[in-house]
Amino acid sequence: MLHLYTQNDVNIVLDVESGSVHVLEPAAYELCGLINAVCDGDRADCCSPKTIFSEKACPAEFKDKLVSVYGEEQVEEAFSELKELFEEDLLFAERDYEINLPDDYPIKALCLHISHDCNLRCKYCFAEGGDFGHGRKNMPFEVAKKAIDFVIARSGTRHNLEIDFFGGEPLINFDVVKQTVDYARSLEKEHNKNFRFTLTTNGILLNDEIMDYINREMSNVVLSLDGRKSVNDAVRYDVGGNGSYDRIVPKFKKLVENRNGKDYYVRGTFTSQNLDFAADVEHIRSLGFDQVSVEPVVLDKNDPLAINPEHLPRIFEEYQTLTDNMSDLQKKGEFFNFFHFMIDLEQGPCVVKRVKGCGCGTEYVAITPDGDIFPCHRFAGMDDFKLGNVLDNFETKQELVDYFKKSTVLNKPECEKCWAKYYCSGGCAANNFNCHGDILKPHEVSCEMERKRIECAIALKALAACDEE
Amino acid sequence: MKQIKTLIKKTLKKSACKGGCGECQTSCQSACKTSCTVANQKCENEARK
Repeated sequence: MLHLYTQNDVNIVLDVESGSVHVLEPAAYELCGLINAVCDGDRADCCSPKTIFSEKACPAEFKDKLVSVYGEEQVEEAFSELKELFEEDLLFAERDYEINLPDDYPIKALCLHISHDCNLRCKYCFAEGGDFGHGRKNMPFEVAKKAIDFVIARSGTRHNLEIDFFGGEPLINFDVVKQTVDYARSLEKEHNKNFRFTLTTNGILLNDEIMDYINREMSNVVLSLDGRKSVNDAVRYDVGGNGSYDRIVPKFKKLVENRNGKDYYVRGTFTSQNLDFAADVEHIRSLGFDQVSVEPVVLDKNDPLAINPEHLPRIFEEYQTLTDNMSDLQKKGEFFNFFHFMIDLEQGPCVVKRVKGCGCGTEYVAITPDGDIFPCHRFAGMDDFKLGNVLDNFETKQELVDYFKKSTVLNKPECEKCWAKYYCSGGCAANNFNCHGDILKPHEVSCEMERKRIECAIALKALAACDEE
Repeated sequence: MKQIKTLIKKTLKKSACKGGCGECQTSCQSACKTSCTVANQKCENEARK
């Protein structure tokens, strides 16, 4: 399977099954497109690449269409080069190997809902104002302690374990955050584990002491800011309706200044009300932040803030603007990282990881303040998805685990046909479920955006390679 | 090659051989969390490097 596209005047071909990426001159690109069209398995007269490339010269059915534009020599040269790629398994490659997925997964990551309370009332909050629809409460240390025991007990031989302090707003229960970190650290050596802590915060409660602590203990921190003050404050406000921008931006700046190179993200959400979100990314960059993520809101399609199919053309334009801006920065040698354009084509995740994705419900679970275990933070509070409770025992309901185990690209028919499958891993199980009642059926709007982002990310790599020449 | 520049040669099949160790960071396909989306993950498998 191939994916061909032109972006920023660069012709790109992604060979899906091998993972190869090629940049083609126009004659080769057009010829590749013609060959790809006749190799479409859905066509009655489908032809195999093998048959086409067994020819010594470019078959007339393709050559006749191109020779008047490019001349015979260029077309033959293009055919010969495409043939070489095909023979090296870098074009029209097929999956000729098994992807072996394990029968059982150790649990290696926890989303610890340290507080189901929040000091903001963001308009689009999927956690229903922070309490996930189950009342405002903080996680007692006893529950957090059991959660750490649980992940150690269920992690098998996995060395690296992740604990994400999430909410609600985790800083509301900061003392328990600290106690939990101390407790986990105290067990690392004995159990040969390495804990990595992360925390997501709206910033309201940050002070010097907490910032120092975060910069010392958290391997990553997510700082929530939606961009321009008007955009942020229209949706991120407190109980009294007061926007958060002025209170958080100075703190975020101070925290990041003292981060000493550790990971962080300033993370925003865009909604149907700020489809010009490239301006928000630029605004965040102008504040001095160079690790930025601005992501589509997740809401029911009937919500006025929801992203729906009619918004996609505008969103694609914005992603293109971001690509142009980032390409300019690349040329100037300036570092700027937009989370959704990050892609490592060479040493990225293995194919096993790529087909199984986030591991929600198998390798990764969320724990609520009451100790309930859910497949991930997005399923928290949905009683049908309760896997167990860490206060009862460390078991998880097998039939649910088995259900989530199926959630791989290999079990999603729509994904198997999609060129982006090894980059998106079949999307978010919760989005899929909320939209279709089935974790295996992709949420199309998310798919469209993901495909566009992957195109942009690969295009930026291609542009960088072209600039190097 | 004159008309084609290959940016990345085949990586997926190779990664299947020693892949699946699970030491990498958890990804989040909804990306509302601290974790990475799968395309941008770092491999932490020492045997693959």
